[in-house]
Amino acid sequence: MKPFAYHQPDQIPAAAKLLASIDDSKLVAGGMTLIPTLKQRLASPVALVDLSRLGSLKGITDDGATITIGAMTPHAVVASSKLVQTKIPGLAALASMIGDPAVRSRGTIGGSVANNDPAADYPAGVLGLGATVITSTREIAADKFFLGLFETALQPGEIITAIRFPVPLKAGYAKFKAPASRYALVGVFVAKFADGVRVAVTGAGPGVFRVPPMEAALSGNFDASAIAAIKIDNDGLTSDIHAEADYRAHLVTVMAKRAVDAALS
Amino acid sequence: MGNVIGIGAAPKRKEDQRFLTGRGNYVSDIKRPGMTAGVFVRSPHGHAVLRGIDKSAALASPGVIAVLTGDDVADDGLGSLPCGWGISDAKGVPMKEPPFPMLAQDKVRFVGDMVAFVVAETPEQANAGAELLKIDYEVLPSVVGVLEAVRPDAPQLFDDVPNNICCDWELGDKAAVESAFKKAAHVAKLSLVNNRLIGNPMEPRAAIAEYEPGTDRFTLWTTSQFPHVVRFLMGALVLNIPQHKLRVVAPDVGGGFGVKQFHYGEEAVITWAAKRVRRPVKWVASRSEGYVSDRHGRDHVTEAELALDETGKFLAFRVNTLANMGGYLSTFGPNIPTNLYGPLLGGVYTTPAIYCNVKVVFTNTVPVDAYRGAGRPEATFVLERIVDVAASEMGIDRVEIRRRNMIPKEAYPYQTPVLVQYDSGDPVGCLDGALVAADVKNFGVRKAASASKGKFRGLGYSTYVEACGLAPSRFAGRLGARGGLYESATVRVHPTGQVTVMIGTHNHGQGHETTFAQIVSDKLGVAFENVDIVFGDTDRVQFGMGTYGSRSLVVGGAALSKATDKVIVKGKKIAAHLLEASEADIQFEAGKFSVAGTDRIKTFEEIAGAAYVPHNYPLEVLEPGLEEQAYYDPVNFTYPGGCHIAEVEVDPETGTVTLVNYTAVDDVGTVINPMIVEGQLHGGIVQGVGQALFENAVYDEGSGQLLSGSLMDYCMPRADHLPMMKVATHSTLCTHTPMGVKGCGEVGTIGSPAAVINAVVDALSHLGVTHVDMPATPNRIWRLLQNASLPVAAE
Ligand SMILES: Cc1cc2nc3c(=O)[nH]c(=O)nc-3n(C[C@H](O)[C@H](O)[C@H](O)COP(=O)(O)OP(=O)(O)OC[C@H]3O[C@@H](n4cnc5c(N)ncnc54)[C@H](O)[C@@H]3O)c2cc1C
Repeated sequence: MKPFAYHQPDQIPAAAKLLASIDDSKLVAGGMTLIPTLKQRLASPVALVDLSRLGSLKGITDDGATITIGAMTPHAVVASSKLVQTKIPGLAALASMIGDPAVRSRGTIGGSVANNDPAADYPAGVLGLGATVITSTREIAADKFFLGLFETALQPGEIITAIRFPVPLKAGYAKFKAPASRYALVGVFVAKFADGVRVAVTGAGPGVFRVPPMEAALSGNFDASAIAAIKIDNDGLTSDIHAEADYRAHLVTVMAKRAVDAALS
Repeated sequence: MGNVIGIGAAPKRKEDQRFLTGRGNYVSDIKRPGMTAGVFVRSPHGHAVLRGIDKSAALASPGVIAVLTGDDVADDGLGSLPCGWGISDAKGVPMKEPPFPMLAQDKVRFVGDMVAFVVAETPEQANAGAELLKIDYEVLPSVVGVLEAVRPDAPQLFDDVPNNICCDWELGDKAAVESAFKKAAHVAKLSLVNNRLIGNPMEPRAAIAEYEPGTDRFTLWTTSQFPHVVRFLMGALVLNIPQHKLRVVAPDVGGGFGVKQFHYGEEAVITWAAKRVRRPVKWVASRSEGYVSDRHGRDHVTEAELALDETGKFLAFRVNTLANMGGYLSTFGPNIPTNLYGPLLGGVYTTPAIYCNVKVVFTNTVPVDAYRGAGRPEATFVLERIVDVAASEMGIDRVEIRRRNMIPKEAYPYQTPVLVQYDSGDPVGCLDGALVAADVKNFGVRKAASASKGKFRGLGYSTYVEACGLAPSRFAGRLGARGGLYESATVRVHPTGQVTVMIGTHNHGQGHETTFAQIVSDKLGVAFENVDIVFGDTDRVQFGMGTYGSRSLVVGGAALSKATDKVIVKGKKIAAHLLEASEADIQFEAGKFSVAGTDRIKTFEEIAGAAYVPHNYPLEVLEPGLEEQAYYDPVNFTYPGGCHIAEVEVDPETGTVTLVNYTAVDDVGTVINPMIVEGQLHGGIVQGVGQALFENAVYDEGSGQLLSGSLMDYCMPRADHLPMMKVATHSTLCTHTPMGVKGCGEVGTIGSPAAVINAVVDALSHLGVTHVDMPATPNRIWRLLQNASLPVAAE
């Protein structure tokens, strides 16, 4: 790890100002993703701006038709939240499947969404539920937020403050864990709303994506059988030492069916 | 006063007091005054010419003290890393043994090959300096697989090793095998890959070296399983340091599994550097560094054929293997796929003729050496797989075909056609025990229950034997060992009757401090808590060959037992004097010396006291003091074995294999501490299951990059991968070790991969699947099912 300056602001504007004024500065939330890259000297920011003193970024609020989760809320808190478990059980389940207990108690929803790892779980939940990413400067719809491999709509200096999730009629997540990393080899989030169904897939490709044919089929009949015959194209899916693209494509259908079953159970 | 806790008891482990309270003392815990930090600069290329290294920027970097390269090694006239075994081909031509420089000279041959060593005031400064080294590589194509490496047009690692073949080794009677195949009613054939593994001990490797100019002595603290061997190999053969001027200490070591039983170049470089910079130098490997520098294991490609008569009796077995050695010969490298492989191909069967050819091949990969089981898991996998293939092709039940061929208990000692003679064993007894313990009778019910959930259930057997307790020195010498393989122990009885044992084995998780203390407590009648075991320091322990090959109890424990016997013999002489009786009339039992048939006794403490305060003592004929030493060289290997039964469930939708039941009934000879034996079996089985289902070291052909170089990509087995295991022993006593012990450190790893894969194949056999390569990952199983082109479970 190379030396860096360390700041712990207690107001969002102060944090934004630090980020803007120091070239090559970086936000740190739970540090679960960032710190290992520093230790391996893959990244060497001159300054870290720690978000942990920003109380307004923590916690989960019930807004009726939506729930809002502060960016600094750790996965373990989301997983065990009675509110999330009651209103969007599929999202609580998703949070409970991330990493291990140590990772879940430090890693945050904001860090995960900002990082947009192609195999991370939250992007599937955020896109599948059609959530809104709230930042220090604006609100971004999930459909416009995730741009590809580790790429998001965030501008330099922009801080995610919270994610607002609409409460669905039903939602479920099914994850096929990569054997070694236990990130999603394929994870599928399915959410049913009054006006239709959304299906979001993580792990299978370079970034989270939706599956319109499955959404259409499930909008007509919200049952696993409705999508059993829908195969997705291998093209553009990831092939690596753990799984080839055709296997990932196959798993998308299997996991989508299981996500529907989870949503119905 | 505590109690005697003897052989067969299961006390809690002595060493766990310090481990569980965070008071272990590992190499990375050690700090020396004035200590500097070193980092190794490693080749990022699988194969390249090293055209030059510009040190100037690195040397100018803040805090950098020294930058050492292969040129400095050559200038100082240092030796190459030695190989401890020299094997030969069928014509007696010795293996090709190219030099293995501690820092690369002229060429690099694998990703991770060491190119330079940077010493600085802090690890950060050493890393920063290392990044400034300018290394000029001319990148060459890499070859990583054995099949590719022996092709005529393959990249050549060494100018004088044609086709990258280090040795074309063979064992057995080729002609006898050929004629048996001609008479066979059936021939089963199998091609398989034994996947490359990376040991991943919890504690990464580390070392600190210090040079004292006042005494001209070096001390090396290192994460080693055999400090005396490091002292010899490094001192005598690499750095030219006289043995009395070199102390090697291996303190608490956090797991080895074989990975830490080699003399590594890092140890030599650090020790050499400590004298050059005149300050202690410390290096601690990162996990990533371990992946590309800890010696790897396994990596075979094999073709096997089994000839059978019409009743399913094995007539002959023929095995052709290509074994990967990596870029250089590591300490035991060439011994593993040859001497520890071929002689095990007889298994527990009466196969009269066996022939084995192994081509030992260099590739642009990390050197391959012993990893828990070392050669025997590979042999067991080939044999136990092909037995299943033969059974299914001939329509004979898999248990029945094994029974028809097993060596009956009465036939021991049993001479195999491949060098080894088994002294004892009862394979049928282990099989029968395991069949009951695994509730095989009701397997059909469980299979039907799985089927009703859309899952395929399978059962797999592995009835196996291994050879361990390494090793009878003379025999090993004939096979190519360049060193001895005995062990030594000193039993020091203190004037107050407590005991300190100095032993040449090394405890890095096996519970030796407990097991060995039980032996002493049992034999001398001394309280368990009054026995301490000292190991891992060449200044404190007389000599030793270390811990590997399930040898610690078998060979080290035997030395300890002999040394303890000598203490009793001397104690009797002292007692005879004190009790005014003839030595022949003195009996020793439960810590008391007595005159036979009388109530005259002297306690062990009284005898110890008399030995050190020799006022009333036969000084004319007996030396004072009570300390005895023994060296023990085994007369044969030991042959533990047993029967493992794995039960798996396959989800055809995703290809996921779940191990649902595991049963092992093993013959490990006398059990000193059943809790420790059970723990060794659990750990061993888990490592074998890891090979069968999860672990795989994958290289990119061409670039030589290790694609599975982190825990994110190399899948280690975890607790939630495993069921509760049923582990039991069915022991016959070893006829030649002092206590009848056989060793239990590796049996789990040796027996389990075949059991698991046989279960997976059984689960899929109705789809025409006849073999599954390891690891049986979901992706691989799914693809097999696709290719099986038969209806998969209902969607
Ligand atoms: C062993 C292990 C296993 C894991 N397994 C999984 C898994 O199964 N599934 C999964 O989804 N993830 C997994 N993760 C990742 C984990 O969820 C991380 O915590 C998460 O990806 C990042 O969150 P963090 O709070 O630690 O962010 P940090 O590491 O602190 O930051 C990550 C990145 O996001 C930026 N950032 C952080 N917060 C904000 C913000 N509020 N606004 C803008 N940018 C921000 C940082 O600058 C940095 O670039 C695993 C991690 C580990 C170490």
